[in-house]
Order: sequence, then structure tokens, then C-alpha cells
Amino acid sequence: MWEYTEKVKDHFFNPRNAGALADANAVGEVGSLSCGDALKLMLKVNPETEVIEEAKFQTFGCGSAIASSSALTELVIGKTIDEARRLTNQDIAEFLDGLPPEKMHCSVMGQEALTAAVAAWRGEDLEDDDHEEGALICKCFAVDEGMIERAVRTNKLTSIEMVTHYTKAGGGCNSCREPLEELLADVNAAMVAEGMLKPEEAFVFGAAPAPKPKKKKAQGFVIPDMPPVAAAPAPQAPAPIAITPLAAPAPVAEAPAPAGRTPAQEAIAIARVIEELRPVFKADGGDVELVDFEGGLVLVSLTGACSGCQLANQTLGGLQKRIAETLGRSVRVMPVAKT
Amino acid sequence: MTPVYLDNNATTRVFPEVVEAMVPYFTEQFGNASSIHAFGSDVGGALRQARRSLQALIGAEFDHEIIFTSGGTESNNTALRSALAANPERNEIVTSTVEHPAILSLCDWLEKHEGVTVHRIPVDKQGRLDIDAYRAALGPKTALVSLMWANNETGTIFPVDGLADLAHEAGALFHTDAVQAVGKVPIDLKSTAIDMLSLSSHKFHGPKGLGALYVRRGTRFRPLLRGGHQERGRRAGTENAPAIVGLGKAAEMTMATMTDDMARITALRDRLEKGLVQAVGHCFVTGDPYDRLPNTSTIAFEYIEGEAILLLLNKQGIAASSGSACTSGSLEPSHVLRAMEIPFTAAHGAIRFSLSRETTDADVDRVLDAVPAIIDQLREMSPFWSRDGAAPQTFDPAYA
Repeated sequence: MWEYTEKVKDHFFNPRNAGALADANAVGEVGSLSCGDALKLMLKVNPETEVIEEAKFQTFGCGSAIASSSALTELVIGKTIDEARRLTNQDIAEFLDGLPPEKMHCSVMGQEALTAAVAAWRGEDLEDDDHEEGALICKCFAVDEGMIERAVRTNKLTSIEMVTHYTKAGGGCNSCREPLEELLADVNAAMVAEGMLKPEEAFVFGAAPAPKPKKKKAQGFVIPDMPPVAAAPAPQAPAPIAITPLAAPAPVAEAPAPAGRTPAQEAIAIARVIEELRPVFKADGGDVELVDFEGGLVLVSLTGACSGCQLANQTLGGLQKRIAETLGRSVRVMPVAKT
Repeated sequence: MTPVYLDNNATTRVFPEVVEAMVPYFTEQFGNASSIHAFGSDVGGALRQARRSLQALIGAEFDHEIIFTSGGTESNNTALRSALAANPERNEIVTSTVEHPAILSLCDWLEKHEGVTVHRIPVDKQGRLDIDAYRAALGPKTALVSLMWANNETGTIFPVDGLADLAHEAGALFHTDAVQAVGKVPIDLKSTAIDMLSLSSHKFHGPKGLGALYVRRGTRFRPLLRGGHQERGRRAGTENAPAIVGLGKAAEMTMATMTDDMARITALRDRLEKGLVQAVGHCFVTGDPYDRLPNTSTIAFEYIEGEAILLLLNKQGIAASSGSACTSGSLEPSHVLRAMEIPFTAAHGAIRFSLSRETTDADVDRVLDAVPAIIDQLREMSPFWSRDGAAPQTFDPAYA
């Protein structure tokens, strides 16, 4: 587990200003579910004085993301918009007595949310164009040039590893390695020219051996001329896995159904599958029944413990798969209220 | 507050009886098993006994089919490299996308540096192997198939018995990483076509730093470590006698009560799982619902992040683990959950509870008591969660 400072732990276990702020007049949102962290910063700014009177946050993320958000709200409350915009991710990290290097991106997320909130207050529209600040560099975590340049300058970053720690850029598939190196070299060169960085510290493009981007996962092989696995007339039907007996229930489809069943025959086949799977539902204290069947839609009713149970969806998925295997075509199983 | 340890797929507590059995091999019977004198020969007898106990646990036909190693990782490395070295006319490995890094990292290396072609078979959303892709990947160049018996993250069991038959039809060797399966499911190697099997002592209450590789009699084999003649020349290095004795004792104890233990653990696990899913909502169990290890439950909680859950659980003395990115040091969720196409809304919030025969009803009660409030607390803080629980709030980031 990470070595968090007492301050980080305190702000994680007892977050300040968590929750929604109903009368917020400046809101900044960064991150996304797919990225693994996201922050919505809500500020209530006094229109006369531009003082931030209240600040609240909602955060999806790990312990240090929540702690950084909490710290951010504490830092901005009482400051004017002008003062607040001068805050950097370093201020957030220092407020928490430091963050593990791999977690610095949490503090950067705080700063980015603040920038967005200040922009919103000023009426600068960032939302029309997601990538107003230059090209998108890292597609895995949606990091653009502007964010990387800010993080590099604020934190004097001089290696790709550090850039990844602070922005997450390059932490996924690594296919952006080359543009990332170019950008870091450019920004470092500019920093040297401005006297912010010593020439020998600057990152030079091509200095580090660039590993090849990870290969795409070998999903779906190009199948050479192989004979069909089973005598399966319906090509879309997955061949049944008749290798070891499944624990429960007994496999339904011994072989893919021949195509050309009548709807009535199909209905009988479906009813049989449901009968065979009923013990699974009953074991959970519920029951399942076939209500109707038409085309690709199988309507079932769930009763007892199954209705409204989260697990039911999963079990229905299993049912759907079995029916699809039996019919040799795809169907959708939907739970309905019994009429 | 008594701690609740539900991270038994990471490691287990060494049984006190195992420790007790090991101690004399540090203090009095410290001899080298290869020595001619009494100090050595006493140890030799103890090692034989341990080998037989393990033989019984995995149903091997002969005790000399077992090679003691330093653990699961060494066993896996040995198996893969041996199969390639012993079958130079074949240079392909077939494995899956959800194997342990002890297989996948090695395969990446072999592919990149040693000219080996690696086929990684995908799994479906329940973590079950794509059998059609597996059949298609097998061919005259396949040296070895390596597929895990049970997945460490979800507990999903692969039908290794049948998969081994298919490998043999293609003339390939079949290896299984059974580190999570040994001691949790009945294993009878002599009735299967499996050629090699890796296991690790500390997953079933034995000491760390010890494992074994089962190699079926007659399988062409090339050692990974060369040196002395220990383990019939198949694994050089002075035997770790105390640990081997400990493994033997753990195997014996596991074997004696496995059937009863696993029935009890399954009931506890199911109670935990159903209780959590019903109490919490917006969460689901990952893995194959029909064929899973009895002790493992990975539940993906939507709209929150796993590390935060673990930290709050830890504060209440509950130990579990997470497939989330943030705990592992990588930035993406676990390769297993990604291979299963678990949506990002949930993959970041996946928590693994893994039980053992030391898990009690009271432990399960504690978790059932603690988790719903923790999930609520974090969801209240999440920008994706709305209080009524109906649909997540729209979240419209300026950058992203």
C-alpha cells in the first residue's frame, strides 16, 4: 500500500467540503470514469469582491484524489479568484505534506479543476472545444498538450516517467511515447531559454530509448483454413463446449440447433431451456417463467427473490446465452411484469 | 478489534501446526539431505514424507513427478522454458489473456527476445475461455499450452482437463498454473492428460518461498537451474528442508478436511456475496457464476474507486484487495477485468474478497456490516452518483 502522510490520511478519512454545492456559480469538472479519477469543483464566488466564499467537491478516485480535492477546497476558500488561479498543484501537494510520486497526478487534477472553474467564472468557454489547448497527446487518459506543458513547467519535470506520474499521459498503451518525448523536449528547451532550467537537466528528444508501443491484444485470431469445429450448420452459433461437465446446471445444447425451426418449435426449445435453468433461480429463492416470445425477444417474468435482485441480470445473461446457443441465433431476454 | 483477513488469494496464514512441524528442521535436524551421515539421512526421510503428502493432494501417480521449487513463479518459468527447450522444432506457446503475470510477463519476454510466437486466447465477459479461438490457435508449431486452472482475481475455473486433451491432439504439451486451485478444488492428475502443473505452498497455509512443479513421468524436461543433482537433477540447489516439511504438513491438513472446508467456505462466500449485492446495489459479481473457486468473490461496485474502498475497509480492520489501478501502481484497471470487458464504470471499483478455512461467520457479518456504509460514503462523494440512485449524474468535464 502507498505511504501516505498523516495529512493525506486525515483529508481522506475526514474530507472537508465534500458534497454538492447547490448555489455554486463557478464549476470546474475534469477527468472521467474511464480515466479512473474525476473531480467536480463547485465554487460560490461573491460577484462584488470575487472572493470564493464557499467551495465543495465531488470526487471519483483513490485516497489521494479525495484528499487532494479536500485540500484544494481548503486552499481556495477565502481567496479571490485572482489569488486562487495562482495556486498550483505543488501548493496542493505541499498542503498535504507531500504525495507519493506516482500519485502527483491527483494534485494536478485539482489544479486542472480549479483552472476550469476559474475559466467558467470568467466566462471563458472551454467546453466548446475539448482540446482547445493543443493536440490530444495521450488518448488513453485524454491528456492534451496544454495540460502536459502546465504540469512540466509548474513541477520542472524532466523525464517521461515524471510526466506520467503527474499527468498520467503515457501510462496506458504507451503509443504516444514519441509525441510525448517531443513535447517534453520542446517545453524543456523553452524553459532553458527562459532560465527556468539548467541546460544539462533538460530532456533531449531521442535521449531515452523509446520502447515500442505495446502490441494490441491478440483478440480474435485470423483463423486459418480449419475445418468447422462441430457439425454446425448455423455459422454464428458458438460451438458447445463439451469438454468437462459444467457444475450446474447441465449443459442445455448438446449441438447447435438445426436452422429452420418454426417459431412454435423455437418456443418449445426456449421453454425447455428455461425449465432446465429454473433450479438456479429457485436456489436463490425466486423463480422464472416464460411470458412471451416473438422474433428475437424472449420475455420472462421473475418472481420471488429474483425480482429486483441485482444478481438476476447476471443470471438472465446466462439464460440468454443458453437460449441463443440452442436456437443458433442471438436473442434478447427481457424481464417483464407478469400480466 | 479482531482483524478480518479476506485476502487469502494473496497469501494465507501459515497453520500453527505447520510452523511446529518446521521448527525442528531449523534447530536440530539441520543437516543437508544429500549428506551421508545421520544428520542428512533423517532429513531425507522427512522430505520423502512431504513429497508423498503433496502427491496425495494433487493425485499424482508417482512421487518423483514432483519437483520442489522456490514458488509458483519459478515453477511457471521452468515449465515454459523446459517445453521450448525440449521441443526445438516447435516455437509457439498458447496461453490466455487472463493469466498471472508470472506467465504473461515471461511470454512477453519470450516473444520479444527469443523468437517465440505467443497466442493469447481471449475470454468472454464471465472470464470463460474462447474455446473456438483456442482450437484455432493450436497447431503443429505449438510447443506448449499454458492455461491457469483457476483465475486469481475472479476465481473462474478453466476446464483444464478437456483443454489438455485438445492440446495433446495437436501434439503439444499442456501446463497449468494451478497456484490458486490446489487445496481449493479436487485435483487428480493421474486421471488427466495434464503434463505439468505449478503450485505454491503459501496459498494453502504453507510457508512462503516454496512451490512445486509437477512433471508427468515421461515428459521431456530441461532444468531451469543447473548444478547439483537434487530433485533428480531437475532442480539444482540444496533443498529448503524446513519449508518442504511445512508444505507437506499443509498438504496433509488441507487434504484431510478439504471437502468439508470447501462446502463451508462456499456457503460463507455465497452469504457474503448475496448479502453485499442485495444491500448495496449498483454492483455485480464478476467471473463465471457456475464454475468458480469456492473461496473467491470479486464484486465490482459502480461509480467509486477501489483503493478508497480498501483504505476505509482497512480502517475497520478488514483486509481485502482490489483490481483497481490505483493500488497496483499502474494507471489502468487489472488486465483480467479489462479482458472480460468489465465496463470502466465498475472496473475501477472491483474488490476481491478471498476466504480461507479460517474464515468465520463473524468475519462475514463484519464485512456485511461495514461495506454498505463505506460504499454509500464514497458514492456520496462521487460526481457520477446521484442520491436517488436512479441514474448517475451527467458529468461534463471541460477537459477530457
